[in-house]
Amino acid sequence: MEPISPSRRSFLSLAVAAPLAAWGLSACGTAGPGGAGTTGGASMWSLTGQPNEGIRKDTVDVFNKANADKQIKLTFFQNDAYKTKIKTAIGAGQAPTIIYGWGGGTLKSYAQAGQVEDLTAWFAANPDVKAKLFPSAFGAATVDGKIYAIPTQTVAPIIFYYNKELFAKAKVQPPKTWSDLMSLVATFNAMGIAPLSLGGQSRWTSMMWLEFMFDRVGGPTVFNDIFAGKPNAWSNPAALEALTKIQELVSANGFIKGFSSITADSNADQALLYTGKAAMMLHGAWTYGGMKNDGGGFVQAGKLGWVDFPTVEGGKGDPKNTVGNPANYQSISAKATDAEKETAKKFFKEGLFTPAEIDAYIQNGGVPIVSGIESKLAATADKDFLTYVYTQSKDAPNFQQSWDQALSPTAAEALLNSIDQLFVKSITPEQFAATMNATLGK
Amino acid sequence: MSAGPTAAAGPGKGRTGPLAWLAIPALVFFLAFAVLPLLGVLLLSFTTWDGIGAISLAGLANWFGIFTDPLMYNALWLTLIIMVVSWLVQTPISLLLGTFTAGHQKYRALLAVLYFLPLLLSSAAIAIAYKALLDPNFGLAEGLGLPVLAQDWLGRPELALFVVIFVIAWQFVPFHTLIYQGGVRQIPKSLYEAAEIDGAGRVKQFFFITLPQLKYTIITSSTLMVVGSLTYFDLVFVLTGGGPGNSTRILALDMYLKGFKANLMGPASAVAVILVAIGLALALLLQRIGGKDNSGSQLEGS
Repeated sequence: MEPISPSRRSFLSLAVAAPLAAWGLSACGTAGPGGAGTTGGASMWSLTGQPNEGIRKDTVDVFNKANADKQIKLTFFQNDAYKTKIKTAIGAGQAPTIIYGWGGGTLKSYAQAGQVEDLTAWFAANPDVKAKLFPSAFGAATVDGKIYAIPTQTVAPIIFYYNKELFAKAKVQPPKTWSDLMSLVATFNAMGIAPLSLGGQSRWTSMMWLEFMFDRVGGPTVFNDIFAGKPNAWSNPAALEALTKIQELVSANGFIKGFSSITADSNADQALLYTGKAAMMLHGAWTYGGMKNDGGGFVQAGKLGWVDFPTVEGGKGDPKNTVGNPANYQSISAKATDAEKETAKKFFKEGLFTPAEIDAYIQNGGVPIVSGIESKLAATADKDFLTYVYTQSKDAPNFQQSWDQALSPTAAEALLNSIDQLFVKSITPEQFAATMNATLGK
Repeated sequence: MSAGPTAAAGPGKGRTGPLAWLAIPALVFFLAFAVLPLLGVLLLSFTTWDGIGAISLAGLANWFGIFTDPLMYNALWLTLIIMVVSWLVQTPISLLLGTFTAGHQKYRALLAVLYFLPLLLSSAAIAIAYKALLDPNFGLAEGLGLPVLAQDWLGRPELALFVVIFVIAWQFVPFHTLIYQGGVRQIPKSLYEAAEIDGAGRVKQFFFITLPQLKYTIITSSTLMVVGSLTYFDLVFVLTGGGPGNSTRILALDMYLKGFKANLMGPASAVAVILVAIGLALALLLQRIGGKDNSGSQLEGS
């Protein structure tokens, strides 16, 4: 009988082989992206957070009831966790059939890696699907002339909010120009009220200021050149002027003290506006619902005001131009089976933007990206705000997608990092431009 | 260690055999979850990969890029500051608290339990709680009516780093206190009795008995502290996200932001390799410092 006494070699080889074997086994165990049960079924990932989570779930439930052979398995993820998870899942070939996203630079990176389905031909074959939606929403879904995603959900332009009560107390009018804004900064600082609320630690909040300023000073071409990757596009004189003006605003204590340690996820920036600690705030249209819920009657009492972003003297931008998120997007994974893709397309055509879904978005204070809903908006309690958002989104000569979504993830991260430094004045506008020029085309 | 059980395994070369087999599960796990990923990261550091598309070889480009990147040097410098200042802050506090709680009085046992509490909380929870407390508008200052506390704690580059070090200390001092408490309790009573007879007071006893006897405990605790400071990530990520203006962007955070936010897996892997190298070097160095001299601290005999 052989004694149980391993030689050094057999011992080591076993130790090396075992993890490899385990690896192989685990690879076999996870076949089928997203793991949809039935053959014709598809999987879908979406975001948690009301009201959109509930609306999406209802829509999918209705679709699943009507299509017994084409079930969609829906999974929800928290926003920030999702952004990392979907990237990893796509990279590992484990993406769900229907991928939720924000279009722009991230979608471009998926499209260039051949990970998402080209939907151009499908939209051509189903013209009524496309005609129903805002044309401006398709820009961020298009890469090199091909459409890779269907716009969904609601439009979210960035709105210049102000506290009407404080403006009445100071006997001033909302700003129309940049110099109006600078004089309001002095007025409110003298009253001991912070002029502008800002959740600066979140960085994209500060970015919204730059998006508007670039447009108001130099018009849409400034960022379009950056987006196209033209050399030294960030050193455009208009860009430098916008960056300088922002730093002047910071130096004049335009933003509330401590803005660098306030985050947007805690909604502290909104609280500053409705508690009367700050007089104005630049923020997404989605904060209206939050302020209505948390503001203790602030919105209901008509104390929340909103105007177009101020113009800059001598600037080229149209005051009707706006920035923000034109829509959210759903793409189809190129790695899905044909049956799964069919289910997804059927859902895009029949499941999305049913009359019930459109009503649900409006009921919850959102503006779905569907044309011809003026009368529905006018029938709500929030008709002033919703109509403003609707017309601003629909009629804007230029609707600039949020920069961090439009640019590639590499450039976006460098941008947010530079913005953070710009707002604490640890870099100059020239240094900002030099850093960002290095990311052009990346 | 006794070689007793091996005698039953039969004649010949099988002296260490069964014992070696027993190590296999641990070894397998170590290879699968530590060595393999490490090799993967090393390979990735020579490639270009955005985490989604194809991986392509990049040669040494990432490494040249990393060593000319001011962000990396900034991160390295900040990591060094956090490491040194954390050690300077945490060691004396833990040492004193550990000695204090080593006493068997009832009130000390009660305080020991209280000191221990922060260890039970997750880093993310601690960070979120501190962020709320330090909020300049709705935080502690507003709640207590003390305007002095309404500083821009996490918003000013020169303050933020020290707030981070403070919160880290708040979280980890209990752990090191526990280590020192155990160490102090193992010091033989006879030494103190002898010192008392010789007329040494409390302070002298601490400096001439407790401290030298704790030599290995100090080395253990310092190793954990110094090497651990390379991995502070979750707390800083939630507390400041590396800001304001990169003033808390430490090496581990730099790696994460490069890899998972900017989609630059190659450079991020290079930073990871640097982190591993520094960690290994520091751990070895500290063991060397403690290991060479055997005359310092013994519990029995010597």
